Amino acid sequence: MTKPEGALTWKDINIGAIVSEPGNASQYRTGDWRSERPIFDSRKCIRCGICYIFCPEGCVGQNAEGYFEADLFYCKGCGICALECWTKAITMVAEEQ
Amino acid sequence: MSKRVGIEVSLAIGDAVRLANADVIAAYPITPQTHIVEHLAELVANGELDAEYIPVESEHSAMSACLGASAVGARTFTATAGQGLELMHEVLYVASSMRLPVIMAVANRALSAPLSVWGDQSDVMAVRDTGWIQLFVENGQETVDNVLCAFRIGEDPRVLLPVMVHLDGFYLSHVIEAVLFPEQSQVDRFLPPFKHPVPLHPDRPVTMGAFAMPIIYSEAKWAQEVNLEAAKEVIFECWGEFGKLFGRNYSPVEHYRSDDARVLLLTLGGFSETAMTAVDKMRGEGKSVGLVRLRLWRPFPFAEIRQAVKNAEVLIVLDRAISFGGPGGPVCSEVRSALYGEAKKPKVIGFIGGLGGRDITPSGFEEIINRGIEIAQRGSDREFEIFGVRE
Repeated sequence: MTKPEGALTWKDINIGAIVSEPGNASQYRTGDWRSERPIFDSRKCIRCGICYIFCPEGCVGQNAEGYFEADLFYCKGCGICALECWTKAITMVAEEQ
Repeated sequence: MSKRVGIEVSLAIGDAVRLANADVIAAYPITPQTHIVEHLAELVANGELDAEYIPVESEHSAMSACLGASAVGARTFTATAGQGLELMHEVLYVASSMRLPVIMAVANRALSAPLSVWGDQSDVMAVRDTGWIQLFVENGQETVDNVLCAFRIGEDPRVLLPVMVHLDGFYLSHVIEAVLFPEQSQVDRFLPPFKHPVPLHPDRPVTMGAFAMPIIYSEAKWAQEVNLEAAKEVIFECWGEFGKLFGRNYSPVEHYRSDDARVLLLTLGGFSETAMTAVDKMRGEGKSVGLVRLRLWRPFPFAEIRQAVKNAEVLIVLDRAISFGGPGGPVCSEVRSALYGEAKKPKVIGFIGGLGGRDITPSGFEEIINRGIEIAQRGSDREFEIFGVRE
């Protein structure tokens, strides 16, 4: 996309709102849908990766130390990772806190 | 040279689609459209039309298959009627919003319940706002001509919109008429091959029908509106070109003895020809009566309607559909609203008639006109009247 979505006028839209740039959904910030964010506690984390497997957004990844964390650009705050975590290493915290 | 043949109008539509050399037809049979798609299936099976005929399980699927076909750049045709058009409803919006020029003949039919397979325009009015270009035809020749025009208009790169050609179920779809068919070479000259500018193609991947966030949806809808309005120019250009090549001229609002008439009747579709007979008789009796027929329903020809009726004192609009609990017929209410801001305008009187296959004879049209004049003079406590209803 040449302009951010908020700057596009009707003239900038492709015929039939066709998306002509493959994979540009990666530019789409779904993180601002979130009302709660996951906090990962590395002291409790056993690096099993169950959060990574269950994340419906595919936004949980491993950092350099092998611990897991969510990419907040995409994380919608659904809380599935926190629910599935064996060791309760993930806590959902309200965004306003 | 053109060939004149006696043919059922439904079959003539099939032959017009063959002349247009359609690539894909996906359709589900429904009365009174059945003969159209039966004939097309036959043409494909006999090798007379080199097209994919997709027999689907419903009209929803028919229109969905048409979207896919049109998206890869295939010349696409379908036909339906009444309940079938309603079952397509949600997909109709997708066709226009995604700018896929599917061409569809609609053999206008009443809607259930009670079940009626007979003609009126309830089906049309229910899909008024779907973003399709919508044309009305009155006889077999107009049907063939406008099916060919529909391909050219819809597929024009400046337009890229689906087009409905509305013809009366049974009254027109099932009658045998004399129709002039153009030669294949003439059609090939008139109708260039369809070339979608951004088709689905594995080498150039695109996403069609993706979702839009609130931040962009309004802009997408405005683009669609601007595009449909701009299509008017191309429609007029196409009809002009058709007139030059074939000698038959079409316009968004057609006039019949209306120029100096004090009282005008406005109709759509095949009933217009019966109304002409009534106008002739009343003119013979010295009455200042004329007829205006709306051919282009969407995009609505505001300027042409205003121009056509501005000198009349009374304008009687006959709708063949009811907007229940509303101001009467949808056409009457749109015409009235188009005239509201005009300084000089006729009194607009709404009638509904010809529902579910009920005939209106020439004397019936006379009655409508006379009753309309009476209401214009004395007023009425009703928003509209249903002609011929037994109370």
